[in-house]
Amino acid sequence: METHSLESVIRQHVFFDGLEDRYVRFVASCAKNASFQANEQIFREGEPADNFYFIREGLVSVELTIPQRGPKTVQTVREGDVLGWSWLTPPFLWHFDARALQRTRALVFDGTCLRAKCEEDHDLGYEILKRFTSVVTERLDATRLQLLDLYGTHA
Amino acid sequence: MAHMPERAVGTEASDPMVPLLYRIEGKKRETHDTFTLDLRPKNGSRSVLFEPGQFNMLYVFGVGEVPISISGNAAAFPALQHTTRVVGAVTKAMSLLEPGDTVGVRGPFGSHWPVAEMTGCDFVIIAGGIGLAPLRPVLYSLIRERAKYRRIILLYGTRRPEDILYRRELEKWRSKFDLEIQVTVDQGSSRWKGNVGVVTTLIGRCAFEPAHSVALLCGPEVMMRFALMELQKRGVPPEQTFLSMERNMKCAIGFCGHCQFGPMFICKDGPVFRFDRIAPVFGKAEI
Amino acid sequence: MSKDCFQIGDCAVVEREHFDSLFEALKARGYEVVGPTVREGAIAYDRVSCATDLPCGWTDEQEGGKYRLKRRPDEALFGYAVGPHSWKKFYFPSVQRLYKAELNADGFRITPEPEDTKKYAFIGVRACELRAISIQDKVFTGGPYVDPVYKSRRSHLFIVAVNCAVAGGTCFCASMGTGPKASAGYDLALTEIIDNGRHGFLVEVGSKGGAEILGEIPSRPAAGEEKLAADRIVEETSRHMGRSMDASDLKELLYRNYEHPRWDDVANRCLTCANCTMVCPTCFCTTVEDVTDLTGEHAERWRSWDSCFTMDFSYIHGGSIRATAKSRYRQWMTHKLATWIDQFGESGCVGCGRCITWCPVGIDITEEVRAIRASDPAAGGTP
Repeated sequence: METHSLESVIRQHVFFDGLEDRYVRFVASCAKNASFQANEQIFREGEPADNFYFIREGLVSVELTIPQRGPKTVQTVREGDVLGWSWLTPPFLWHFDARALQRTRALVFDGTCLRAKCEEDHDLGYEILKRFTSVVTERLDATRLQLLDLYGTHA
Repeated sequence: MAHMPERAVGTEASDPMVPLLYRIEGKKRETHDTFTLDLRPKNGSRSVLFEPGQFNMLYVFGVGEVPISISGNAAAFPALQHTTRVVGAVTKAMSLLEPGDTVGVRGPFGSHWPVAEMTGCDFVIIAGGIGLAPLRPVLYSLIRERAKYRRIILLYGTRRPEDILYRRELEKWRSKFDLEIQVTVDQGSSRWKGNVGVVTTLIGRCAFEPAHSVALLCGPEVMMRFALMELQKRGVPPEQTFLSMERNMKCAIGFCGHCQFGPMFICKDGPVFRFDRIAPVFGKAEI
Repeated sequence: MSKDCFQIGDCAVVEREHFDSLFEALKARGYEVVGPTVREGAIAYDRVSCATDLPCGWTDEQEGGKYRLKRRPDEALFGYAVGPHSWKKFYFPSVQRLYKAELNADGFRITPEPEDTKKYAFIGVRACELRAISIQDKVFTGGPYVDPVYKSRRSHLFIVAVNCAVAGGTCFCASMGTGPKASAGYDLALTEIIDNGRHGFLVEVGSKGGAEILGEIPSRPAAGEEKLAADRIVEETSRHMGRSMDASDLKELLYRNYEHPRWDDVANRCLTCANCTMVCPTCFCTTVEDVTDLTGEHAERWRSWDSCFTMDFSYIHGGSIRATAKSRYRQWMTHKLATWIDQFGESGCVGCGRCITWCPVGIDITEEVRAIRASDPAAGGTP
């Protein structure tokens, strides 16, 4: 029952647009609902990266804790965004912290399971990697714009 | 729905290079480098009602003149409001003026944002940094006749939380009028619990209907370039996308030649442009 | 001949020995007469009060980056092309005060300039220059804003044009369609005829004012063969142009070649010295400057000629939009030949050749166009 309604959420999401039915079903079988309170830690830098997330509602801070400066948000992700790609590349550890800034609901996907299936079935692997590549490039573009400090004075 | 921003002919003086005198009635420090002046015409200075998106040339005695967008409510005519960022000698001198002081005003000049003709549309307003100032008069106009328009969405990005302009007003608008306002900063702070990241990331998942939307953009050119890409991905037609451009200006009346951008004079063909009209030269390096 | 005799389009002949009466007639009406005169090895425009002030018996040799005066075998008054000055310096002053301001108890007050009263008569305006004047008319009086000094000086201007008998080494008015025959915009147009010891001017009337002035000068009717002689002179001139410009489709050619490698090539040569913009009769860019006296209580705002070749020209907070020499040269040339057409309905170039002559390194605008055309695939060139 839960898988069926998760399936429809996944089908609706533009991220999985065009994915074959059997793959959608498989991905849905790796998914569960999750929710986080405001200020709750979602994952920490250095921990095993075994999942990725779809944010369905709320706001999450992707941040690093810097000695003497505390946690610094690099970027926030919100409703409709995908969070986490470290599950795809060895050593499969989180590079950043993630913390809910507001009450947040998400779908969490079992990365270990999906990874194993992708190794087995390279077609699925390609479909997943294609989609994650777009997410990464979008984030990279956005990060580069942030780096340019466009609103600063550059006299 | 094709619309050409119109040119309103400003300045009543017989010599369009001679300013009229205005008095500073109020001054507010918005951020560490940005301030707002409230101006009112002195006796004998006739003023022309402005359209949102237009600008004035403001003259500081003995220092010089700068083009500053009008950032206030057209309904407060003949009072004028200008939000200015300190970037050079004239703006620095202007920031040191106080209520009671006199400034010279020439204008209003330039084309304006399309508002009245866009009834029934979704408005997607994308502002970066000081770019919110020339867009603020649009928001006043939209709010004044709220029922005529559908969704009104403001996406505003700036450098840090302490650089956010018109913070109280944004809060008020968000709560009282049916507007969606998303604010984001490039660099967060420990107290900031909102969006961190460039404003272009807010466009993709924003709820508006591209075919019936009008997009208004104002901010650093690079930000506008990337915002345009996102709008294009969403399917907002170039004929329904408007940007405000900026170039060096010395006269504001099409004589000095400084503000040329391809074949356009920013002072009289702009500063507000319908995107398809400038698409051939927009984004080309050193044009 | 009485004043009522001449109509627009009429011709007459004025002999050389009566030429000074033209100056007298103009001075009597309060005109400040300016025209070509030899100054420091060039033919410049300045006050002239009689025929001998003109460059009698002089001609010029012009090439890319080269200008020399040479003696002619005759005493022609107008036997040369154009020099470094253009007429714009008279009706569009290179330096002009816009207003004065002074501090007072209530802040400050502004005193605009008094109405301009200059009344010029130009002697010796070439066809290319007539076109340049009408082009600048569009800039300064053809839009929603009008420059009051320009308007006033133009409305009081009396123009005596000259049909060129000498094609300059860098001239290309023929291919730009702006000359060498003066066809419009003058009060009187002269063609100098020197033939078998005779020296006279065929004068054509272009306006009522011109008719009146001509009526005050000794003249006689023009013989048919004199009119033919004048036509032949102009035709000869048009066949001897030093340069030519293929102006067909020039706007589209330049619009699609913003990234052509030729721009890098010219950038290696261009010194961004701005000479071309200073000598060009249509360039109109200006800048403003605010000055105060030592007390700081009196301020003035001045306007002066500027050039798109300067680094400052496109400066906005933090830097210049056009920082490279390449971008500035490209801006000048595409404005002159392409964007000007979209802005004002015609080309900004009149083919006078000054930019070629006065460029220290001899950059030739006709050559640059040729080079771009030659390797523009869309125009049939090989890439």
